Amino acid sequence: MAETFKKAALITSITKLTEDIYSMWIKEEDIVANAKPGQFLSLYCKSENRLLPRPISICELDKDNGLLRLVYRVVGKGTEEFSKYKVSDRIEVMGPLGNGFHLEGKKAILIGGGIGIPPMLELAKQLFCEKQIVLGYRDETFLNEEFKPYGQVYLSTEDGSAGTKGNVIDAIKANNIEGDIIFACGPTPMLRGVKAFALENDIKAQISMEERMACGIGACLACVCKSKEVDHHTHVNNKRICKEGPVFYAEEVEL
Amino acid sequence: MNTKVKIAGVEWKNPVTTASGTFGSGLEYSQFVDLNKLGAVTTKGVSNVPWIGNPTPRIAETHSGMLNAIGLQNPGVDVFVKRDLPFLLDYDTKVIVNVCGKTTEDYCEVVERLADYDVDMLEINISCPNVKEGGIAFGQNCFAVENITKELKKRAKQPIIMKLSPNVTDITETAKAAEAAGADALSLINTLTGMKIDIHKRAFQFANKTGGLSGPAVKPIAVRMVYQAASAVKIPIIGMGGIMTGEDAIEFIMAGATAVALGTANFTNPTATQDVITGIEEYMKKYHVEDINDLIGCVK
Repeated sequence: MAETFKKAALITSITKLTEDIYSMWIKEEDIVANAKPGQFLSLYCKSENRLLPRPISICELDKDNGLLRLVYRVVGKGTEEFSKYKVSDRIEVMGPLGNGFHLEGKKAILIGGGIGIPPMLELAKQLFCEKQIVLGYRDETFLNEEFKPYGQVYLSTEDGSAGTKGNVIDAIKANNIEGDIIFACGPTPMLRGVKAFALENDIKAQISMEERMACGIGACLACVCKSKEVDHHTHVNNKRICKEGPVFYAEEVEL
Repeated sequence: MNTKVKIAGVEWKNPVTTASGTFGSGLEYSQFVDLNKLGAVTTKGVSNVPWIGNPTPRIAETHSGMLNAIGLQNPGVDVFVKRDLPFLLDYDTKVIVNVCGKTTEDYCEVVERLADYDVDMLEINISCPNVKEGGIAFGQNCFAVENITKELKKRAKQPIIMKLSPNVTDITETAKAAEAAGADALSLINTLTGMKIDIHKRAFQFANKTGGLSGPAVKPIAVRMVYQAASAVKIPIIGMGGIMTGEDAIEFIMAGATAVALGTANFTNPTATQDVITGIEEYMKKYHVEDINDLIGCVK
């Protein structure tokens, strides 16, 4: 079993990227030393009436300094609490959790949609091959400038305010993007579109999924998805997103 | 200082176990908790064949609580005895296997399969609110409780703990029915049936419509029911429902529980079980309690 740590990590920076998206760097050497792109952390609230940890993907790793970046959207009371933390506060975290992306391919298409964009950044840094990065937004963009050193960046926005008007698949088609491997993280409808695109074009695709979680370590069986293969735990084609995932090959899971 | 307790002839090194379904079979939590330190490990429900469970989402947080509708997904007794039980038997702790079924025959089959294994106790789940057949259906009327308890007692080689539902008008009736039918102990409470509606989607949060409420939100109800059941029966009670700290555990013990189980707390704090054991010991030191047994049901 890969090593997992539960620690009170020091917050070294916290900034607001958009109206509801925040970027937080935390210092936690043990977690950082063991983490890879596509994995996530469980973040615990200080408020005692919020019992369940929030799963947040790893956006960036700074292994030299033991730092880890989390970029999250405020969607409820828990993430709202995280957005109010200050530098030098501590936050209880557990991780690294999940399997992460398998680094492969010669010409990759990295696809991030909305709050599925952050995990693609560390992947873009660690993946050593030709990279085309497609980022999909509703309207306001974030993190897109930070991807530029790692590959050609294409944007899509639903309102057409930046890049291709439409979704990430529209941007891929409009720019004739080709590759031999897809890495994707985003809302389920986007992942469905990515899976269909990958099938049509016979491209292997790794997708990162999300689901409501409780324990984050594979014990409670809350976050399962339908899998083609029999799962290791229950042998009923229910893979645990927190444990066997969150990254799966697209043909392996039902969306 | 003595923290040992005896339940149906089985001695636990301390009165703390895990609430079924929140701790798997211990494997995942063993990276955070020394299972040797626990009084007992209570496994997730085990059925005769693998169960697929409910569609997702299966979980929702509520104020000071959570709803779950997992639906007892489990690999079935064959995989359990081959894979999960040997893992647990390597530890110096008591092993309580939680048994679930759709019919009386299903429960009997699992109990019979476990008869020849080195399992210390069986906990019978007649109170799961999240499955369409079985579960709670056996736990909501006295006749059904009595009937299944009798059938299982005929077959079980280990002491049986009947896990009662709080979704009843009078907990003392089902408690007494289980005792009369030969149950060796009781555990309570299972979760309270709850519901959550997603107002943005105008839909139920769960495909199952309802879910089971647990966590600190239910604790006062659980303490009250443990007290009522303890006043009505002579068999020992394992109390549970929102225990997060040693103080919470002491409260259940004073209400009449011989032991306690932690469920939701494991999600909030993976070392909760060990922390509660430490908390109990600290309480005993502070109040010069020599023997934990002196606290059981001490508030009348």
